[in-house]
This record gives sequence, structure tokens and C-alpha cells, in this order.
Amino acid sequence: MDVNKNSYTFTFSAILVIVVAGLLAFVAESLKPMQKENVKLEKMQNILASVKVEATPSEAEEKFKQYIVEQKMLNAQGEVVAPEDMGPFDVDVVKQYKTEAPADRLYPLFVFEDKGERKFIVPLAGKGLWGPIWGYVALDQDMETVYGSTFDHKTETPGLGAEINQDFFQDKFIGKSIFNTNGEFVSIEVAKGGTDVEGNAHMVDGISGGTITSKGVGEMMERTLKVYVPYFKGNQKAAL
Amino acid sequence: MSETAEAQVVAKEPKEPLFSKKNKKLLSDPLNDDNPITIQVLGICSALAITVQLKPTFVMSVSVLFVMIGGNLIVSWLRNLIPSRVRIIVQLVIVATLVILVDQVLKAYLYDVSKQLSVFVGLIITNCIIMGRLEAFALGNKAWPSFLDAIGNAAGYAWIMLAVAFARELFGSGTLWGFQIVPDFLYDFGYADNGLMILPPMALITVGIIIWVQRSKNTKLIEEN
Repeated sequence: MDVNKNSYTFTFSAILVIVVAGLLAFVAESLKPMQKENVKLEKMQNILASVKVEATPSEAEEKFKQYIVEQKMLNAQGEVVAPEDMGPFDVDVVKQYKTEAPADRLYPLFVFEDKGERKFIVPLAGKGLWGPIWGYVALDQDMETVYGSTFDHKTETPGLGAEINQDFFQDKFIGKSIFNTNGEFVSIEVAKGGTDVEGNAHMVDGISGGTITSKGVGEMMERTLKVYVPYFKGNQKAAL
Repeated sequence: MSETAEAQVVAKEPKEPLFSKKNKKLLSDPLNDDNPITIQVLGICSALAITVQLKPTFVMSVSVLFVMIGGNLIVSWLRNLIPSRVRIIVQLVIVATLVILVDQVLKAYLYDVSKQLSVFVGLIITNCIIMGRLEAFALGNKAWPSFLDAIGNAAGYAWIMLAVAFARELFGSGTLWGFQIVPDFLYDFGYADNGLMILPPMALITVGIIIWVQRSKNTKLIEEN
């Protein structure tokens, strides 16, 4: 058999490609449920991490059920909505940030409760210097003081922008307030690295050399939290 | 036709033992005299990227071993069927398939490690060691020697990777496999982890030190002048 004939080359390539495609499709499909489960558990871990609850992947689901007592979803106007086809946990804010117009995005809210204390966890999505960044910010019972936050990124510069997922940066948000003393929404600004933010309740120090990523964190916080303001205002008194 | 001709040839040659001297050399050469990283300087990119800690390095090495064995065996079995004009593409398809399999399995069973390795699992496809062995060895040899060659080269890759990761994790983070090795009292005395070890350039320097030691021990490798 002449393996260098054109017809043979075409046949060989066709068979190879079909076999490979079939094999990969089969493997991908059969492993998909487990992969989805992993992604789900990671999301639960991240949500819990924003309120400082450490959970290993194996205990994430249990702890999530235990602590997250309520899940809500807001539309862009800040009204609570409950579409039938997806729950708040199913909303992928990172994907929506990329594909949906701001008015069409959905805004989930997770309510955490431990020993009678409630915290309100808001998922964030935005962009850094090189690619998407995302995170969760947890507000305290009063719905204005930051209780904790976690951020992560896809491709920020290691050692600079990528540091947003480190504790030293995330902890700077703790105790800051998203409303000013007149009760107006001001969010929390991330200043250029090295700025003196001592005593300023609405500003945190960014990462030197990672200014654009740091600004991205501030931007996504401002843009996202703004949507929740009507809800927070409406429920602040009830919560206290 | 060709099968009978081949059978005759085989009948004439005395049967080679499984671990003949030649076959053993296939296993041992890549560990030292012909190491893919320190001598051929192939696959260096992953040496820099994934050797910060032992665990991901180990998983990466096992992944490379799997892809290497699979690729070498499949190419060796198909070597008389692969049209030579498209052989590189065929090799690429085989390697890519194996790498995607590894990636999918890691995502399902070792999610945290797969996140740490991120794109580097995918980059095994372009690891020059693998394509190099397929093209230079598996395409012209039978399955058994190809299998040994794959193990030898993957092990040659793995031991350098692990040695680099060992040094980087120990001196960079004071841990091994995630467990703290450097005792607390040393830190109390003012010992500090070397942050430089975590950065990619130190991987290159560590590889350089290994090459230096290897060359000074193995006089065969020292070039004239």
C-alpha cells in the first residue's frame, strides 16, 4: 500500500480526526458533571471566604447550606426579581459582565447568618489590566460597612495586579463604608498605590505598580454596589 | 506481502531480550548523558513556570510521562501507516488529544492542582521534548523501545523538574509538598524565606547550577576548548 498517495493521505486524516473527535467528545461529556461540581464548590468556597469562613472543597456545600440562609436576585433597577429558570447561585456575573448590557444583568445577593448576625454578600465582576477580575464583597449587618472581601483575576501581572487576591490587599477594605455620613452612596475608591488613606472611610490604598488593576477593583465595586443601593436603603431599618 | 517479508527478517535476527543493553540505554541516557533539559535544553519553559512548589511539579511530570508514553506508543504503532507528508500534523493531533485528556481528567479529579497549572497543561502540546521524541524516535522504532524511550525522557524531565521545585519550595517558602520544613525557631532567629526563589528567574539559575554540577561530574559532557 502506498501511504503517500493523495487519496490515502486524505482517508488517513479523515479517520484520525473522526476517531479523535469522538474520543474527546465522549471523555468531555462523561467528566462534565464532576467538573461542574468542582466549579460549584469553588464558588461556594469563595462566597464563604468573603465572610471569613474557611471551607475545604469537601465541606463547602455543607457549610454553604448552613450559613447562607437566603439568596436573592435584583435586576438593574434594584428590584428583587425571581426568574423561574435560574436561581441567584446560577448567575454567572463574570459572564454577564462580558455578554449582557448593564440593564439586562442580574445581581445576586447572598445573605449569611451566624449567631443571629447577618452579612450581605455581593458578587462583583469587572476588568483589570489584562483580563477579567471578579470577587465578592460582604457588608455587615448595617448594610454599609464592609465586613470582608475576596478578589480574584484571570491574567493580571504576577507580583503587581495579581496581588489583588492576597489578604493584605483584601483586608484593607474591612471597616470601610459605602455610604457617607449623609447616607449618600459613595462606594470605596481604590487610590493610587502609596496614597495616604489614613482615616478616610471611603478610600483604600491600591497596589503600587498595579494601579490599573486596583482601579478596576474600585470601579467594579462602585458600579455593582450602586445597583443594590435601593435595596439596602429599603431594608437597612428593617435589618437593624 | 510486506508482512511476510518482515517476518523473514525478524526470523533471521536473534530475538532481542526486553532489557538488552541497547534498551537499557534508552532508559538511562535521558537521565544523565542525554537529559532533555540540561543537555538538549528542551522544555525549559515549563521548568520556569511550574516549579515553585513540589506538588504541581509532580502532577506536571506525571502528565508529561503519560502524554509521552501515549504519544510514543501510538506514533510507533502507526509509524508505517502515517503518510510522511502530514506526519507532523498527525503527531500534533495525537499529542493534543492526549493533553486534552489529561487536562479534562485533572479538572474533574484534581481541580485545585489543575487551577495552579492552568495553561501549562495545555502547553504540554508544545513541549519540544514530546514532539522531538515522536519525530526522532517513535517514528522509526518499534513499540517497546519507544515505550522505554518515553519513560526515559519523561523521567529525565521529571527529575530535573522535581530537583528544581525541591530547591525553590524549600528556600522560597520553607515548605515541601505544602508542609512546613523550616522550623519556627529558625524564623525567630531571623531566618527569612528567599522571595527571589519564587520568581521565574531563579528556576533558570537553579537549572544552571544543576547543569554545572552535572558537567563537572560527567567529563564526557565537557566540550573541547
